[in-house]
Amino acid sequence: MSQPNVSKPAVPGPVVSAGAARPGAAASARRDGWLRRLPLLPALVYVFLITQIPFALTVYYSFFSWNLLQPGSFRFAGLQNYAAILSEPSTRIAIANTVVLTLLAVAISVVIGVLVAMLLNRELFGKGVIRTLMIGPFLVMPTAAALIWKDTLLNPIFGLVDYVLSPIGLGHVDWVNRFPMATIVTIEVWRWTPFMMLIVLAGLQSQNLETLEAARVDGANAISMFRYITLPFIRPFVELGALLGSLFIVQTFDSIFMTTQGGPGQATTNIPFLLYLVAFQGFDVGRASAIGVFAVILTMIVASFALRTLFTIFHVEARR
Amino acid sequence: MSIATARRRGALLGGSKSFWSLLGWVVAILFFFPVLWMVLEALKSEPQAASIPPTILFAPTLDEFQSVLSRDFPPFFINSAIATIGSTLLVLVLGLPAAYALAIRPVKRARDALFFFISTRFLPFAASLVPLYILARDLHVLDNILALIVIYTTINLPLGVWLLRSFLLEIPNDLFEAARVDGAGFFDELIGVVLPLVMPGLAATSLICLIFTWNEFFYAVNLTSSIAATSPIFLVGFISGRGLFYAKLSAAATLASLPVLLAGWIAQKQLIRGLTMGAVK
Repeated sequence: MSQPNVSKPAVPGPVVSAGAARPGAAASARRDGWLRRLPLLPALVYVFLITQIPFALTVYYSFFSWNLLQPGSFRFAGLQNYAAILSEPSTRIAIANTVVLTLLAVAISVVIGVLVAMLLNRELFGKGVIRTLMIGPFLVMPTAAALIWKDTLLNPIFGLVDYVLSPIGLGHVDWVNRFPMATIVTIEVWRWTPFMMLIVLAGLQSQNLETLEAARVDGANAISMFRYITLPFIRPFVELGALLGSLFIVQTFDSIFMTTQGGPGQATTNIPFLLYLVAFQGFDVGRASAIGVFAVILTMIVASFALRTLFTIFHVEARR
Repeated sequence: MSIATARRRGALLGGSKSFWSLLGWVVAILFFFPVLWMVLEALKSEPQAASIPPTILFAPTLDEFQSVLSRDFPPFFINSAIATIGSTLLVLVLGLPAAYALAIRPVKRARDALFFFISTRFLPFAASLVPLYILARDLHVLDNILALIVIYTTINLPLGVWLLRSFLLEIPNDLFEAARVDGAGFFDELIGVVLPLVMPGLAATSLICLIFTWNEFFYAVNLTSSIAATSPIFLVGFISGRGLFYAKLSAAATLASLPVLLAGWIAQKQLIRGLTMGAVK
């Protein structure tokens, strides 16, 4: 991993520069170190406490059997919760649903996002307005958007989609219940495409035009110019968008809660929704915690890639 | 991007401007349509909102907005505002000094600190839900807006620290050296040098806090019930299909979405930088 531009060259404070030859220099250097650390500490301690205490408790609870509604049911269970979640089909279904939803939503929103970004990278009439309209889906409250999609657009009788598709023989289709996963993927793609578009567009606009002009002079066509010049250039931006998007979409909860409630059956139950069901419908703290530990492990795998990309981009910025 | 550059780019990419503009408008309207439909439905009467075929031409009415506002929605809206303002202020107050210690006079191992901050943001919300629920219950802050403020601050602080740091790195070093020659301490520097120059950074951070806090649903729905419930929770009441209240539903959805929509549109420049924690400008 490359070193990001974490710091400007530190300006040597008078204490450090003058104290090198003096006795007590070590002490004053230590004092300087603490003075530097002081402004960082409140935020660091705050984030550490509020994220690590719950996480430690999740790990701890995952080794216990505890029903929240039964006082006194708290007892050590060893690895039983883990054995249970690994042997139950519901866990496998939730993992599969999470992977399918995340991969599809990210892949489709990245592809559409790149295409729209390339379109918006041109000179267009009313480009500012087009851009403003495009980011609307990302800003609308996800719970509100999910309701609008489910009720006013995809309802089999009163929905607008039904009205539009009736003439071509696709009337009265209960979209949400017949294609639950496709519905969730559609809503998430609609929401995240603007996000991808914004990141890729920023990348495209920082592209050096001279390279493209030189390629044009050398007789390169549009496709090879995209393939060999533009694509390599925007790649880190696409990667950044895809990885940040994955980390958000893997946690999808709002749209599932508002449209399908994880159903029909388990068709749209992903890991966050399964955990919600186990914790707040089943009140099984131990098992919910074991799922939580599992989710952390899965997320950290994706996150390690995301962080590497993020640091690479910061490095690129520093060189420029 | 200047007009000349845009033109040069257009010439380079080829194709007619009219064609691509038309395509651009079609795509934008397609994506924006659900948002537009939400607002249109909200401006109709109930029978118009659920009519077959859909009502396109109608005399707009604010009745449904009034009915939503005059009944039970305002407390939810106010809770969202308190949670957002409270956690945003905390993020700025805790985040700016931290960013200072990671950019201006960097601590040792600043990179590790940055790494730690951002890794906490990527922990799945689900993993901390159960312990946070139990902690909140035992501390008697279930259904209390304070619990949400504490949690939302944690969610946004890592993003805020990264983002503010990226803005602080842009301040020329000379300014600090000059201030130090004048004998300025940490607070003098923070208020005299940093604060006037970091306003766009504070705006970007506030915008990101607003988006993630105002729209947050997962913790809100599980940690609140009636007293501290926020705007998205109000919409849960519309899930059951009992009766068709499309106009009312749309009015509520529009009102709930409005603050973030407006702020995001006004501060488009800060949006992209904020969402990528300063990595992309």
